[in-house]
Amino acid sequence: MRDVAVVGIGMTKFGERWDKQLRDLFVEAANEALKDASMGKDEVQALFVGNFSAGSFVGQEHVAPLLADYLSLKSKPAFRIENACASSGMAFNLACMAIASGIYDIVMVGGVEKMTDISVSEATSVYAKAMDAEWESFFGLTLPAAFALIARRHMVQYGTKPEQLAMVSVKNHRNATKNPLAQFQFEITVERVLTSPIVSDPLHVLDCSPITDGAAAIVLCSAELAKKYTDTPIYVLGFGAASDSIALHDRPDITTFSATVKASRQAYKMAGIEPKNINVAELHDSFTIAEIISYEDLGFCEKGKGGLMIEEGETEIGGRIPVNPSGGLKARGNPIGATGAAQIVEIVQQLRGEAGKRQVSDAEIGMTQNIGGSGSTCVVHIFGRQRR
Amino acid sequence: MMPKSPRIWQLAERRYRLLGSKCTVCGKTSIGPRSVCPVCGSEKIETVQLPSTGKVYSYTVVHMLPAEKDGYGPYIMAIVELEDGTRLTAEIVDCEPEDVKIGMPVELAFRLIGQESEHGIIYYGYKFRPIISRT
Amino acid sequence: MTVFKDKNTVIIGYGSYIPRYRIKIEDIARAWGESLDMLRGLRVQEISVKGPDEDQVTIAVEAARNALRRAPEVNPKDIGAIYSGSESKPYAVKPTSTIVAAAIGAPMSVRLADYEFACKGGTEAIISCISQARSGMIKYGLAIAADCSQSLPGDVLEYTASAGGSAFIIGHNSGDPVAYFEGQYSVGTDTPDFWRRDLIKYPRHGGRFTGEPAYFRHVIAAATGLMKELNMTPEDFDYIVPHQPNGSFPVEVAKRLGFGESKVLPGLLSPIVGNFYSGSSPTGLCKVLDQAKPGQRILLVSFGSGAGSDAFSIVVTEGIERKRGLAPKVEDFINRKKYVDYSLYARFWRKIAL
Repeated sequence: MRDVAVVGIGMTKFGERWDKQLRDLFVEAANEALKDASMGKDEVQALFVGNFSAGSFVGQEHVAPLLADYLSLKSKPAFRIENACASSGMAFNLACMAIASGIYDIVMVGGVEKMTDISVSEATSVYAKAMDAEWESFFGLTLPAAFALIARRHMVQYGTKPEQLAMVSVKNHRNATKNPLAQFQFEITVERVLTSPIVSDPLHVLDCSPITDGAAAIVLCSAELAKKYTDTPIYVLGFGAASDSIALHDRPDITTFSATVKASRQAYKMAGIEPKNINVAELHDSFTIAEIISYEDLGFCEKGKGGLMIEEGETEIGGRIPVNPSGGLKARGNPIGATGAAQIVEIVQQLRGEAGKRQVSDAEIGMTQNIGGSGSTCVVHIFGRQRR
Repeated sequence: MMPKSPRIWQLAERRYRLLGSKCTVCGKTSIGPRSVCPVCGSEKIETVQLPSTGKVYSYTVVHMLPAEKDGYGPYIMAIVELEDGTRLTAEIVDCEPEDVKIGMPVELAFRLIGQESEHGIIYYGYKFRPIISRT
Repeated sequence: MTVFKDKNTVIIGYGSYIPRYRIKIEDIARAWGESLDMLRGLRVQEISVKGPDEDQVTIAVEAARNALRRAPEVNPKDIGAIYSGSESKPYAVKPTSTIVAAAIGAPMSVRLADYEFACKGGTEAIISCISQARSGMIKYGLAIAADCSQSLPGDVLEYTASAGGSAFIIGHNSGDPVAYFEGQYSVGTDTPDFWRRDLIKYPRHGGRFTGEPAYFRHVIAAATGLMKELNMTPEDFDYIVPHQPNGSFPVEVAKRLGFGESKVLPGLLSPIVGNFYSGSSPTGLCKVLDQAKPGQRILLVSFGSGAGSDAFSIVVTEGIERKRGLAPKVEDFINRKKYVDYSLYARFWRKIAL
């Protein structure tokens, strides 16, 4: 199996991009990634693109060849990967395997979602399609409601407090003020989170990631070719992916994402590292409770101690394991299909030392963790400045 | 546009009557039809009547409504654990948001779940409510 | 019209359902600037209100399930007919009885139909089950009488039209009966006292014309006709349950027929839950069954605008003691209540145009 390296990254401004269409957003990010890699389009052998629901958001299916067409990738094969919020994380995972296997030498991973063309209530219905359509959303479960059910149990079983959930959002908003591409570049307070309107109790609006337009793209190649394109290739040290039941009610314990536990153990093993070796991580904070549970599932802290971990500042930039320096899904924004790719863009920037004011010092090893739906998919990647 | 009749019809009776699937090998029960057991992988699955009472396992009051619920108002969603341990997702009705609690006993109710449109088909199915006290 | 010589045409199970919500009529009056003095004559204090996710079908299913709870010996697979009577079915075309059949697990070989006769569709359903059970066409029949009664916003009907209903498992020479039918008598005429035109949302009525020429004339004719056929007088009956369009008509009609208040009050629901239209007198019957003793005789008289009345003589049997505790009583539903104001009532009913 060949080693894989990231040699180019690109990302659009995240937010309400009223003047841009799905294809425009993707091309903007993709061109930037190619430029970053000093690479011509003709060198890219295949496109793996993550997209959740262009059909529902903008009436377009079959988006992979559309995006390849508009990027002028000509006849290159283009794959669309759909795993809800984990779409482009899973696309990256497949791309890694495609290169590691020797089938391709250079591929592009993209992620894109255009969400603001429909109303909030319609978007809420589209999100709900990431769960069991017949046995959850049919009965009125929304995605925030699913995470609210999870949060309620976590509070009851482990004493996690609403204030601790709010601290996740406060931290991620603070980090986003240092990210010029983030959707929300302003600070908030715990009090402001707790007095913001309730979406699905105990989750407030400021516990939830927003509706976002955006795209991100990554160029990756075999480690042998990497130095040809960049002086600072970032290597994929390990990865793992796992599934869980589509319906939350089919899981024995809803306070853990077992797919995260399984995916991360595979990734740690492949990278030959332990949780304590992670210097910086981009975790899936689609809802504040998800970041807290992810600390636990990834082994950053003991089960049930996630609330304490945020409270004690361990995941701040400068803390023991900085989490979501980009602002996370909460404040950088969550264009569903682009989120996994955006996490990877951030970790690559951090490991290159190009993260500006939000730079985590001496970051050698970084992680991304990307969840789909209510935890039915999880994909984890570990990156390093040095090859394995 | 083709009405949703087939999709609704396929599952209607299960939703009306709370019929579930039970693996005859390992005993795992679940709401909804399955042909393979999600736990042991056996294909020996039978359709069973699930119990009509249970307890609230977790709950939330949904304030940001999906488009299907426009005009319906905030509602309680819960995971209900039935007496035999089967869990399912359902709305809790006839209960004020401040009164719902984890562990609250609930019973089956038959309710309107939604509709295709004002001129389309109507969807019915299960919801749960606090047990009606009897004199 | 029909006197049953045997005691074998029976009610095997009965059950009701009333939604949890209530509105006080003063809240409705406040919304329309109506004087309570003008409404006092209705003798109604509050009415049941359907929840935002309830309709005639959901009430029918809940009532049917309660009737089946009181008929544990009846396998739903042995139900040969399901008839539902109402004037508020959510589908103008597609029978409510089809949905009830699926919801209770009736077999495919079942006879299904809906009846509409304003407020007496429910007793039509009962008569169909009686006749098919007596003829041997079915082993058990399920008769449902339920409505989410419709009323034009601001109309006087809004102070009484409410939601609820009941269901009955009927058989002949079968099951453990709670009561048997002794006789049945019906009347019908062309009397346009209340109607709803096709594709029109709310019913209209003739105001005071709904009284003497409609309600009183038909209820009295059916009740006296039945008593004459049975060679009985009001003294032979322990209870009378007339249709209850408000709180005063049933008491007044009982008085005119020669029944004292003590015989009409036990089955009177309208002052505290309103008028369930098709479900009105049948649910009054259930309230009486909840308290009657074996051997007691009940005169049930429905009234449907348009107009007609069905009268029944029903005698309670010993099974009542074994079965009444198997499902919630009408009183349990009456006691379960949550008040809403007019704005919430209007939202639940979608009386606010969206």
